[in-house]
Amino acid sequence: MYTITRKKVLASGVIEMGILAPRIAKAHKPGQFLMVMNREESERIPLTIADSDPAKGEVTIVFLEVGRSTIELGEDFKEGDSLFAVVGPLGTPTHIEPFGTVVVMGGGLGVAPIYPICKGLKAAGNTVVTIIGYRRKDLMFWHDKLAGASTETIVTTDDGSFGTKGFVTDALKTIHDGGRAIDRIIAIGPPVMMRAVSNLTQPWGIPTWVSLNTIMVDGTGMCGGCRVEIGKESKFVCVDGPDFDAHLVNWDEMFARMKVYTAEERAAILANHECKLHLDNIKR
Amino acid sequence: MSETIDIAALNGVKEGEKKRPRSKEKRLEIACQTVEARVRNYDEVALGYGPAEAVAESMRCLECPKPRCVVACPVHIDIPTFIGLISRGKFSQAAEDIRQYNNLPSVCGRVCPQENLCEAACIVNDTNPKNPIAIGRLERFASDWQLTHDVRDAASVHKRPATGFKIAVIGSGPAGLSCSADLAKMGHSVDLFEALHKPGGVLMYGIPEFRLPKAIVQKEIEYVKALGVTMECNVVVGRTLPVKEVLDSYDAVFVASGAGFPNMMNIPGENLNGVYSANEFLTRVNLMKAWKNDSAGTPIRKPRKAVVVGAGFTAFDVVRIALRLGAEEASIVYRRSREEMPGRGEEIEHSLEEGAKFVLLTNPVKYLGDENGFVRGVVVQKMDLGEPDSSGRRRPVPIKGSEYEIECDLVVVAIGQTPNVLIPSNLPGLATRWGSVIKVNRESYMTTVPKVFAGGDAITGAATVILATRAGREAARSMDAYVRDPARTWNPPA
Ligand SMILES: Cc1cc2nc3c(=O)[nH]c(=O)nc-3n(C[C@H](O)[C@H](O)[C@H](O)COP(=O)(O)OP(=O)(O)OC[C@H]3O[C@@H](n4cnc5c(N)ncnc54)[C@H](O)[C@@H]3O)c2cc1C
Ligand code: SF4
Ligand code: FES
Repeated sequence: MYTITRKKVLASGVIEMGILAPRIAKAHKPGQFLMVMNREESERIPLTIADSDPAKGEVTIVFLEVGRSTIELGEDFKEGDSLFAVVGPLGTPTHIEPFGTVVVMGGGLGVAPIYPICKGLKAAGNTVVTIIGYRRKDLMFWHDKLAGASTETIVTTDDGSFGTKGFVTDALKTIHDGGRAIDRIIAIGPPVMMRAVSNLTQPWGIPTWVSLNTIMVDGTGMCGGCRVEIGKESKFVCVDGPDFDAHLVNWDEMFARMKVYTAEERAAILANHECKLHLDNIKR
Repeated sequence: MSETIDIAALNGVKEGEKKRPRSKEKRLEIACQTVEARVRNYDEVALGYGPAEAVAESMRCLECPKPRCVVACPVHIDIPTFIGLISRGKFSQAAEDIRQYNNLPSVCGRVCPQENLCEAACIVNDTNPKNPIAIGRLERFASDWQLTHDVRDAASVHKRPATGFKIAVIGSGPAGLSCSADLAKMGHSVDLFEALHKPGGVLMYGIPEFRLPKAIVQKEIEYVKALGVTMECNVVVGRTLPVKEVLDSYDAVFVASGAGFPNMMNIPGENLNGVYSANEFLTRVNLMKAWKNDSAGTPIRKPRKAVVVGAGFTAFDVVRIALRLGAEEASIVYRRSREEMPGRGEEIEHSLEEGAKFVLLTNPVKYLGDENGFVRGVVVQKMDLGEPDSSGRRRPVPIKGSEYEIECDLVVVAIGQTPNVLIPSNLPGLATRWGSVIKVNRESYMTTVPKVFAGGDAITGAATVILATRAGREAARSMDAYVRDPARTWNPPA
């Protein structure tokens, strides 16, 4: 069960994997995630489903080797190996309807999870303007795939080594200030990027949705560990989300909650993996 | 496998010999790990009877012709009969006798609140106060004996010809396990779906190792598998598998999804780091084994000063874990008094022995955080007891101006759980009370949706293992009648 059918290094520390999980592949809708346990005593980690193929019974995940378990998954597991547990698809699917023009933004690793969303939005008749951003050219992946799923695609790199120089927020500002009518914005990426998008679009009054990646344990609504304040109410990201109205998110609280196990995690990584941290990959 | 041991050597009775009860003697205490040792490990605290002790304790039973204990037992285990079998050295047979009434005897022997049930009713209390027969310990002994000596044999005894009916069970807690076991014994084909990566429900994720060893739970589960039940983990019905698909593929469905949604108080500061729901804290420690520092991948915060809010089963489990994680101080903060505590007597005692502090008639009003968003204290308020409320317990009333601060770096909110809405919200027509507790006909366990039965915490809200076990068993009987009924008559709740 849960056999790794493919494994590919997309960029330094960024890995794509195919996993055999027929029930999940069949039920998956854009915006949903799954929980992975590498081994019997591993933690359960949430990973967004980047693609699914019901015919092959296969789901695709793309992850960054950044924590104890993702480093282990990336370094110790190869094609043909099996994972102890994969549960999903979890979370409420992304709301998809004919909105008009939707700008979908993916920052760094966030490029993977927006792929099924772009596909879904396009199939629903939207004009999908995709903005994807990477730190450098050599960290790019899936930009062709995204172009195929979108009406228009803009690529940014922080250092200008490919596409437009700057951040995804700069590109968004350019389109908006150019007078383009935007009906909805969806942004997925590192929390700092999602907050930056939220701050930028709030004065514009354009509905903006983000996909939160809080710490989770079960991913099924049982523990409340993933909770975060949304519009003055506590919400469970794994069941009420992961998509939320960006302008209602209590970002300060969410940033604080993401750091709860930093000390424990760092100790564990150092003990297990002699510091293979690909810290340079975490976009800002 | 041989199960008869030398009873003469154990000072018991031989086959055919008349037993001389020793009810006047004190009940035989169970060996426990010393307090000093057990607060440094997660091994079981109560060590259990050995054969000699079990036989000696069993000799105290009067084997009453009209036993009050049986009436008080929610599943009416034939207590005098199984205790009699123990006194004759027929341990596995005693366990098999219990299994006619209860599918999880090794679990129930450990976690049932016997002091309020069978042992409270035992007639020996009348002449030898506070010394009822140790029914729970004897149940545990007999069942553990069977599970370690001959599981498969015992399970194969129950095989019945296949009926050809297919039944799905959702959730593998005590309700789901008990229902599956009985349905399998009746010859139905049973598929059990569990959302988590291990079956067992609260028995695995909630109740800690030192009270209910996971190896015992797994043995009970092996027994259910040996009866022919197919178990599939990592299936969240309503997500992984649409509810409709389950309905279409089976003759009947039993929903035993428990009460897994943690209640919070919605007071300021509850989202600070270091404030946990009991479910999260327990899941990290028990299911994910965060107590095993070195090997487990799941972290937990090690407290210096822990505050646990609530006084049910859950709160006592949490406070004892906090002490084992090295807390210098761990307090139960409870808004009522000692008398109203709903927890199990033995656990309250054990917590006190292990150093837990009780801060009674006190309720949190807000949590205080440091500059990094970690909890550093809780502001509490003193309470008075007023008139009895609907539960019959006196209602706590806040005392104005009595607020003060308790320093802490870990808070666990253990004020109860309610059922999860995932299944109700994915099953049109399924009626609930308070939005999540599934309504059933109390006789037939039928819900408002034909084919769908429900039981356990999912229909009551958080209750007990034995009530969930009973619901599973009674529902199995009703489901058996339903699938065999050509008209498939449906009696939904009013
Ligand atoms: C910490 C703690 C200590 C306790 N101690 C005691 C005690 O000492 N004595 C006592 O008698 N009682 C105790 N209880 C209460 C007792 O454990 C419960 O009443 C009992 O477990 C309820 O059984 P259940 O089968 O209804 O549900 P659960 O045990 O909750 O099992 C439900 C199962 O269903 C699964 N599930 C839920 N939704 C889905 C879905 N959509 N698809 C698939 N699977 C799903 C869950 O993952 C879970 O495994 C305690 C409870 C807690 C939390
Ligand atoms: S009431 Fe007490 S003495 Fe009588 S059968 Fe039950 S356990 Fe034995
Ligand atoms: S991860 Fe446990 S409730 Fe969301």
